[in-house]
Amino acid sequence: MPFIPHTEDDVKAMLAAIGADSIEALFDEIPAELLAKGLPKVPPGMSEMAVSRLMHQRAAQDGMPLCFIGAGAYDHHIPAAVWEIATRGEFYSAYTPYQAEASQGTLQLLYEYQTMMSSLTGMDVSNASLYDGASGLAEAVLMAVRANRKSRSRRILMPATVHPLYRKVVQTIVQNQGIELVELDYSGSGNIEPEYLKRYAGEEFAALVIPQPNFFGVLEEVDALTDWAHDNNALAIGLVNPTVMAVLTPPGQWGRNGADIAVGEGQPLGAPLSSGGPYFGFITCKQEHVRQMPGRIVGRTVDLDGREGFTLTLQAREQHIRRAKATSNICSNQGLMVTAATIYMALVGAEGLARVAHACHANTRALVERLTHIECVEQVFSSPYFHEVVLRINQPAGEVLRALAVQDILGGYDLSADYPELGNAILVCATETRSEADIERYAQHLERILSRRKDGPICSRLVPKEGTL
Amino acid sequence: MLIFEHSRSGRINAAQNPGAQPAYDGIPDRFRRKDRPQLPEVSELEAVRHYTRLSQKNFSIDTQFYPLGSCTMKYNPRGCNTLAMLPGFLARHPQAPTATHGQGVLACLYDLQEILKDVTGMKGCSLTPAAGAQGEFAGVAMIRAYHDARGDSARTEILVPDAAHGTNPATAVMCGYEAREIPTDENGDVDMAALKAAVGPHTAGIMLTNPSTLGVFERRIKEIAQIVHDAGGLLYYDGANLNAILGKVKPGAMGFDVVHLNLHKTFSTPHGGGGPGAGPVVVGERLLPFLPIPMVGYDGHEYRWLEEKDCPQSIGRLSAHSGNTGILLRAYIYARMLGSEGMERVADYATLNANYLMARLQAVGFEAAFPERRATHEFILTLKKEAKEWGTSARDFAKRLLDYGFHAPTTYFPLLVPECLLIEPTETESRETLDAFVDVLAKIRDEAQQTPDVVTGAPHTLPVKRLDDVKAARELDLAWKKPA
Repeated sequence: MPFIPHTEDDVKAMLAAIGADSIEALFDEIPAELLAKGLPKVPPGMSEMAVSRLMHQRAAQDGMPLCFIGAGAYDHHIPAAVWEIATRGEFYSAYTPYQAEASQGTLQLLYEYQTMMSSLTGMDVSNASLYDGASGLAEAVLMAVRANRKSRSRRILMPATVHPLYRKVVQTIVQNQGIELVELDYSGSGNIEPEYLKRYAGEEFAALVIPQPNFFGVLEEVDALTDWAHDNNALAIGLVNPTVMAVLTPPGQWGRNGADIAVGEGQPLGAPLSSGGPYFGFITCKQEHVRQMPGRIVGRTVDLDGREGFTLTLQAREQHIRRAKATSNICSNQGLMVTAATIYMALVGAEGLARVAHACHANTRALVERLTHIECVEQVFSSPYFHEVVLRINQPAGEVLRALAVQDILGGYDLSADYPELGNAILVCATETRSEADIERYAQHLERILSRRKDGPICSRLVPKEGTL
Repeated sequence: MLIFEHSRSGRINAAQNPGAQPAYDGIPDRFRRKDRPQLPEVSELEAVRHYTRLSQKNFSIDTQFYPLGSCTMKYNPRGCNTLAMLPGFLARHPQAPTATHGQGVLACLYDLQEILKDVTGMKGCSLTPAAGAQGEFAGVAMIRAYHDARGDSARTEILVPDAAHGTNPATAVMCGYEAREIPTDENGDVDMAALKAAVGPHTAGIMLTNPSTLGVFERRIKEIAQIVHDAGGLLYYDGANLNAILGKVKPGAMGFDVVHLNLHKTFSTPHGGGGPGAGPVVVGERLLPFLPIPMVGYDGHEYRWLEEKDCPQSIGRLSAHSGNTGILLRAYIYARMLGSEGMERVADYATLNANYLMARLQAVGFEAAFPERRATHEFILTLKKEAKEWGTSARDFAKRLLDYGFHAPTTYFPLLVPECLLIEPTETESRETLDAFVDVLAKIRDEAQQTPDVVTGAPHTLPVKRLDDVKAARELDLAWKKPA
């Protein structure tokens, strides 16, 4: 019996202690008509060896393609020590640290994580993480509605330069609470034009979401946007990439007073791509909003002898205490992912993280230069970008990406469904893990694929039509 | 000592730097950060040693018995971790095309959907919720979408037993409902008179855990289902306690319309010090159109994601991608190792262990909260006598257990039973471990009588003694600051 240690003698002795005739007798309170008659869709059990064979086959089936997709998940190097330590049984198989004395390892690590994330985003306080970046943004929106003391509005300004999937997730999570997301268009530069916000002057909003870099990889004018939010009684929510925060101004320093809440996807900090999860969402804020923060928070305190120790705190915000009046229904955090992220940040340090960020920027720059040398490939926005860029090609993006995938190259994220106005556009990314040879390989295949169709539309069609942006 | 206190300015872990500092062009100065974030500057060895030592300050299943009620802390098979972390799975980008780079992982997820439908007796499954609480959110949002689609929008309340997990009422509120509590009767069942009085045209649904958090099976569940369905409401099954009936009773047969499963409980994925979990939802006929996306579809040749265009009435997406895939893979591997016969044994042996432990603890003088009832996979002791006579509370017993190398049971939950310990041994513990636990609890009881200070002052042997929670909340210290 897999993972069940009982011998026949054990079972006999245990039933005797209970005073029951059989194990079946222990279920005698369950009405007989409720008892199941087998599990026809569950296959018979397998040994670890047999399941290992199956899983090796399936993992191999998905291949190890050369990846130039970012779009919210980034292929960074993860130091070997990160998962060696994170999967130690003492971290891997521990429960939520409610028994503080028996969980000082996890608790101290979370306090260190909170310190690192607060500093990385330029904020005062961090929680112990949320599920992922998208659901984290939804929690940030709910938090802003609760925390805004100047406006009771339930409307949120949500730029179209925020990841389309994030906007969908936020919609799912906040829609039943009467919160309205007002979509904010982007300019021909691929970002939010601060001037454009003037049309909303006098309207009430709980918050403005400011992505940095935005979904197109373009940098937003975060100072002007943050100040606009504050001038209009709205809170500013910074949606940021944590790697990039090593070198770009963090939300806490935006504008005159800094953003109020920072949130984002933690995956770049040590989590493997893993088909999209598990990742973790981080959320940090100014001290004044800490009681509106969702999720677990760890504090430093002392024990009976005055020794330093760590414990979960401000639990009166949480569902297990406040029930219907809690700040969120969230119960867990992404503990193991945060364990990995903390070890990752300790191993690379501020200098290492800045170098990773620089290398991503430089590689993406090299990728764009090489690809735009190909006839019929052009860069759509000329604004400053970080490590993702929108390129337009003269053939249907989906077909070209499929042809690249056959060559084991993931050439980018197809933007045509979410942003049809951009034409045949793809979003590309080259992290620090891509080499010059990788970029050359991509370029050569793309060139070949694009030139194969001589009867394709001519490249002059790449010029954006009037008024499409 | 904190990692920051090991830090020395200028110390660089060169092995983890991607080459020399590249030229920094193209980014205007106004976007650039002017200060350095406060990340540690330590060598790789210092980091490895620091976090290895921190791990050693934790209790965990791999090192201690963890009889934490309602949390199902069973063995997390190592094979599940190793196989879910095969390079092909880890390297797969979430946006990789499924036709060429994803048939392997999607096959696993599809199979898992089928397995979860079978064990719950339901018709459709979405694996995307990232944890139990998100599964609850999905379930109640589906109930709302169902009523709205029928134009039945006057329903404003979700009924929740007073013994329910706190996530239940919190979820109802997040979905725009009011949570209304239903009391429990003296045998631990739902108070039927109160339920009948509470249901009506305003009832959107009821959220139940069965077995309940009181560690007993709700025997009149079919009657409850009838009452709620007759009023036009739907039934939500909180799968927190599914381990007790896995393969034995299917929630679908009890009349439930939607179920969430906690894979980190029943399917043995790691708790990881607080997550990540995975909270798939399975539904009956009525809620099929509303399941959260994406789901995995299969046409006999190819697996693919089912998205907006396939599921126009879906409540939508809950995470940027498709949920905690790596955790779902661990659950899948576990399910394949158990197989159908292994799943029924889970319920059998979890129940055997709980009833044995309850019988033995009663025999050495402890009081069970529901002595007339069978234990399910867990049971409750009440220490009100010990608290009254010797001044030793349930918390004191819990803390003293830590000194003896056992994790504490759940304390003060459910809220209805005074001075309670909620104990769940799980099927993976041996009789010897259970016996040792009984011996230690009996010994603590003797201590409580003879030297109560030893118990009320516990723990004595851990890295810290009891912590000052009041100071922690009043003088908030949530991030380390470099001494000036």
